[in-house]
This record gives sequence, structure tokens and C-alpha cells, in this order.
Amino acid sequence: MARTENRAAWGFLAPWVVGFLLFTAGPMLVSLWLSLTNYDMLKPPVFVGADNYRELFTDPKVATALYNTLFFTVLHVPLQIALGLALASLLRRAGRAGGFFRTVLYLPVMTPPVALAALFLLLLNGQTGAINEVLGWFGFTGPNWTTDPMWVKPGLVLMSLWTVGGTAVIYLAALTRVPPELYEAARLDGASPWRQFRHVTLPMISGTVYFTVIVNTIASLQVFTEAYVMFYGNSETAAGRDDTALFYVIYLFQQAFGSLRMGYASALAWMLFLVIAVITVVQVRVSRRLVHYEGEPR
Amino acid sequence: MRVGGAVRAGVLAVVAAGVVGCGGLGASVEDRPDVLTTMGFGLPDEHATARVSVYRGKYPGIDLRITEGAFDEQQFLSAVASGEPPDLVYADRLKLGSYAARGAVEPIDDCLRSRGVQLSDYRAAAVRQVSYGGRVYGVPEFATVRVLIINNGPVLAEGIDPARVSTTDWSALAEQAGKLAVREGGRFRRIGFDPKLPDSLPLWAKANGVELIDADGRARLDDPAVVEALRFTADLVKAQGGWASFKAFRDSFDEFGAGNQYATGQLAVMPMESFYLNTLAANSPDVDVTIAPFTDRRGAPTTELGGQAWAIPKGARHPEHACDFLATMTAKDTWVTAANARRDALARQGRPYGGTFTANRAADEAIFATVYAPQGNRILDQGVPIVLGLQEKAFALPPSPAGGDLVRAWQSAATRVLTGSQTPEEALRQAQREADQAVDRIVGR
Repeated sequence: MARTENRAAWGFLAPWVVGFLLFTAGPMLVSLWLSLTNYDMLKPPVFVGADNYRELFTDPKVATALYNTLFFTVLHVPLQIALGLALASLLRRAGRAGGFFRTVLYLPVMTPPVALAALFLLLLNGQTGAINEVLGWFGFTGPNWTTDPMWVKPGLVLMSLWTVGGTAVIYLAALTRVPPELYEAARLDGASPWRQFRHVTLPMISGTVYFTVIVNTIASLQVFTEAYVMFYGNSETAAGRDDTALFYVIYLFQQAFGSLRMGYASALAWMLFLVIAVITVVQVRVSRRLVHYEGEPR
Repeated sequence: MRVGGAVRAGVLAVVAAGVVGCGGLGASVEDRPDVLTTMGFGLPDEHATARVSVYRGKYPGIDLRITEGAFDEQQFLSAVASGEPPDLVYADRLKLGSYAARGAVEPIDDCLRSRGVQLSDYRAAAVRQVSYGGRVYGVPEFATVRVLIINNGPVLAEGIDPARVSTTDWSALAEQAGKLAVREGGRFRRIGFDPKLPDSLPLWAKANGVELIDADGRARLDDPAVVEALRFTADLVKAQGGWASFKAFRDSFDEFGAGNQYATGQLAVMPMESFYLNTLAANSPDVDVTIAPFTDRRGAPTTELGGQAWAIPKGARHPEHACDFLATMTAKDTWVTAANARRDALARQGRPYGGTFTANRAADEAIFATVYAPQGNRILDQGVPIVLGLQEKAFALPPSPAGGDLVRAWQSAATRVLTGSQTPEEALRQAQREADQAVDRIVGR
């Protein structure tokens, strides 16, 4: 019986396993091999050993791209988490209108990234954009978000918050699962709203926060579409663009399909894989002390 | 029983997926002997549709399949690499040298000879762009040049005679740009002179006596004359208010609408591609502009020639059909047919026809002798003779095996100077290093 069930399980898993081997594991192995070669797609790959990996450490653009990507991640992830949590808390108090607000908040997540990028190029324009117009009502002179090297990355972070609704909806689900009697007990003990949040809400949703931190961090380290469309997508946008928005995956793409350096681009991809793996391992380690799962002893 | 059924279903699903996935591996329509496929070409107007009709009329047995859309380098190279290239590719001439060096396109000297295509009919600059290593890899199509478009209203309002605006005397130009720029409360209201950096750096360098690429396809970016040209143009921008505001304001222009930068007075002077004259003439025919040639520092008209070319990719299944197609599409009579069709179509819409400018000199002579006639549109009546005159004087950078990398290197360098992060010397020294590395990677030391 157990053997039959085993076979059934493999039967159900087979499509995924085949897909994984063909479309994920296989290409990863090929890319590992290519990272040890010079390959321009038109001539056969030439084995060059670790040359591509050595070049990673001497290519100044790799350092620039890594810095830009980490800068974006460090700003984007905490803001996404904090704003998502704040919006979820508000949604929880929305009562019967909650469904409406949940929908409205989630709608931007469904906007295609290319359309979003085109829209924000207009909104963020430092001379004529709506964002600076609104800042002007309050007496602030907004910066040139899309053209001033100092403000390009903050502008992209601002744009990335457009999709905060997705995180907020996840938090809302977590918040509704916190038992109300815990708040009642805390209130009886005289806990202020902040202490209730700090000592009841946060520990109870720490598993969800941990999940969103991991997912947002990995996504941020691979940021590409919006910045590429806004700043590097065609000759018109690419002209007049320095490296302030050159994120790691954009540089990888340029090396692969602009300079046809598939070997070097593969080495860049493995380097990014390593960086993400290290950051994720650190996050997992830290989470052991901070994340509480219901039913687990602390 | 149910479990066994599930196993069978799973296996069937995998097999079905495999069969569906492999469906593309068999003989495809593109393998048929009477099919001809293109990439990077579209049918936006009569210049394209009328010429395609000529081809279809001449070769009715060929099933021409045009995959419409702009040229996509990644798509093209992936197709060549996978052995599934189109029969023809339509791409910017600047890119051809790089594709030729990498073996992605085939030489077409024999094809041109067998179809009687005379390259001597073509403008030398255009032929230079499609030649690499002594062989020809493409047939040039359209030809664009850059001209100065001067917005008379703002220029006259500042007490400057539009006839005296020129790129010959750089110190006078800097003075005029400063007078013409308008800023209020930290925001631009008008750009005085836009040098069109970084994409026009080759033009400014040429005006200062040097080309950015030498005859061997290597970059000459750290040449003192290039440094001087970049410093001058970057300073022009800086003096008018700095790059960040300048570019943000320029990005906000409604360039192809009735409220374009000339109609709204947001711009005084700019060197611009010649196709823009048609846009201005159609969308804001009453705008008061002066068209003048871009001049070098000795006062001689100079301009950079641009445009696309047809080429036959490596591994194309139907090179003979492809050869017939490119010879037909670029023949003098085909161009004249297309020009007539375009003129008539515009007339039906009540819009002026501003000529058809090709790299084929013989075609242009026929078009401007028999098809084009001045129609009282001030912009075109001024601009067309100037553009025609410039066609012969235009230069083109030699093809380079690392053309795309070189363009990226000098554009990034110009931007670093514009944003103030490097001096012109530092930026161009770095760009030269990057460009040398790119060429070395392809052709070796």
C-alpha cells in the first residue's frame, strides 16, 4: 500500500520534477559551465577557467551595481514592511468597508511593471511632474527624481512602494489571526497601544514578517524591470544616463545581450546567487532568535 | 485503482507536455522553399507598404512574412545562435560592423553584383557604414542628417538675429545660449541651446576636427579634440542651469505633438534629426523656425548620417530570395513608387509631403525631380534644400567590431561629465579603456 502511495506521489510530482530539471536545474548547470567560458552566442564557448570570476573583482561596474542594489534593498525592504504593516492595521479597523479598501489597495499590484515605469517617469519628473507639484503646495521644492544622481535611487524606492498593497494584504491576514484575548489580557495589565503592538502583535505575526522580509529582500536584490524601462530600455532613455540606476541584474543583462558576454554574465549571475544565499542564511540565523511560531516553546 | 489512474494521468501529462514542447522541432513553415522572413521591419506608412507591394508584384510566388516590430538585438542574435534566423534583418547601420565582426551577418558582395546593384549610386558615408574588412554586409535604406532648428520667436525677443545663430564660433554660441535660457524659481522655462548630449557627441567631436572611431574600428575617445568638445558642450548645459534640471525639462517635451517644444517656446535652438522637420510641418505648420546647417569651427556645414540597412543573417534559409528582396526594396524605381504613394496619402490627409531621403543618391535625384514639389509650407520649403545639400557632406563613423560597446562607453562618459562626477579628461580616459577592452575581446590584441 505504502509503495503504491509512493508511486502515486511521484506520479503527481512528476510534471513538476520534470519541469524543474528541464527549466531550472538544467539551465543552472549550463550557466555554471558557461561562467567558465567566453561565449558570444555565435561561436562555440571557449574554456577560460576562473577568468570571468576574477574579472568580477576588478570590474568597477560590478561594485557600482552591487552598491546600487544594496542601497535600494536597504531602503525598500524596511519601508515596504513598515508601510504594509501600518496599512494592514488601518484596514483591520475599516469595518464593513474593509473589503472595498482591500481591493483598492491591492489594485496597484496588478499594474504591469512596464506601464508603472512609464507612469512614474511622468510623475517623478523634477520640472513638471505631479509629485513635485504636490510638494510645492506645502512649500517644498522637490528634487529632480529622475535625473539628479543623488535622487534617482530614492525616487525608485518611492515608486516601488506602489505595490505595498500586496504586503499589506498578507499582514492583514496575519493580524486577523492574533487571538483577541491576548489584547484583552494586555489591556487588563494596563499595556499601552504601543506595548500591545510591541509585545502582542509583533511576536504573533513575526512568522509573517519574516516571510515578507525574505521575499522582499530577494526580489529587491533582483530588481530590474521598472529601472530598466525607465532608464536603460531604449536609446532615448539610455542616452544621458549614468550608473546611478545601474542595478546588478541590469548590468548582467547589458553584459549578456548588449556586449554578448554570456560567460561573464553567467559569472555575474552566480555571484548574485551567492550574495542572495549569504543574505538569506544570515536572515534565517537571525530569525531563530526573533521569530515566534504559535505552539512552539520560546 | 484510483491511485494507478493518478499515476497514469501524471505520466500522460509529462508525455503530453513533452510532445507539445517538441512540436516546434519539426519542419516549420519557414523551411518551405517559397517563404521569405524578415525581422526588424514594419509597415508604418507608404514608404514601406508601397515598396513591399512592388516586391510582391515582382515575385508573386514568394510567401513574404514580415514580423513587424522594431529591431531587437537580443531576439536577432538569439535567433542566429539557435540556427533559426530570419532571411533578412533590418537594423541600424551603426550595428552592422559589430555583427559582421562576429559573423552574425553574411557578406553580400556577390548578391549585389548578381542583381546589378551599383554601390556607386549610394552616398559614400552610408556605404562606409555597411562595409567591414573590405566586404559589404548590408544595403543602406533611409538617410537622416542633423540640422539646426532655430525658434525665431524667442531668439528675436532676446535681440538675436536667427541668421547669426551658428555652431561655428563656440564662444559666441555660449553667450547666445546663456541669453536664451530662461529659469524661474529653480525651474526651467526655456532651454536656450540644447547640444543634444550625449548622443550628439560624435557630431561635436567632428566639428572640432576628430572622429570618435578610427579606420580600424578602434575608439579615439581620449583625443584632446574630443575632450575639448565634451567640455564645451557640457559647460553649455551647466551654464544654463545644470544637467539634472535640463534633462528633466527636456524629458517633459511633447516632442511629437502640436504642443511641441518649438510651438510652446520651451526651446530656442537644437541640432535635430531631419525627419523632425516633417513632424513640425505636420503638427505645428505655423511655428516660426529657421533651419540652418550644423557647422564645424571653420564654418563648413557638417552632419552625421544615420539610418538603417538590410542584411542577410548567417544561416538564412533563403539567401537568394533575400537578395532579390533587398535589391528590389532599395532600387531607384521602387523608391520613386514609394515616394509617390507617400505624397498622395499625405495629400489625402491634408498634410504636406517633405520628401523621401534615402542613402541612394540616384533615387533621391529622381524623387526630388519628379515627386517632391514645394507646397508653401515654410518649414519644409526652407528645410528640404538644406537637408539635400547636407546629404553629400555628411560623415559616418566607421564600423567597429564593438560598435554598441563604444557608443555606451562615450555616452556614459558624457553623462558622467554632465552630472559633474568626472572631468572630461577622466571620463574620456575611462571610456577609452572600456572601448579598448571591448574591441580587444572581439578581435584580440
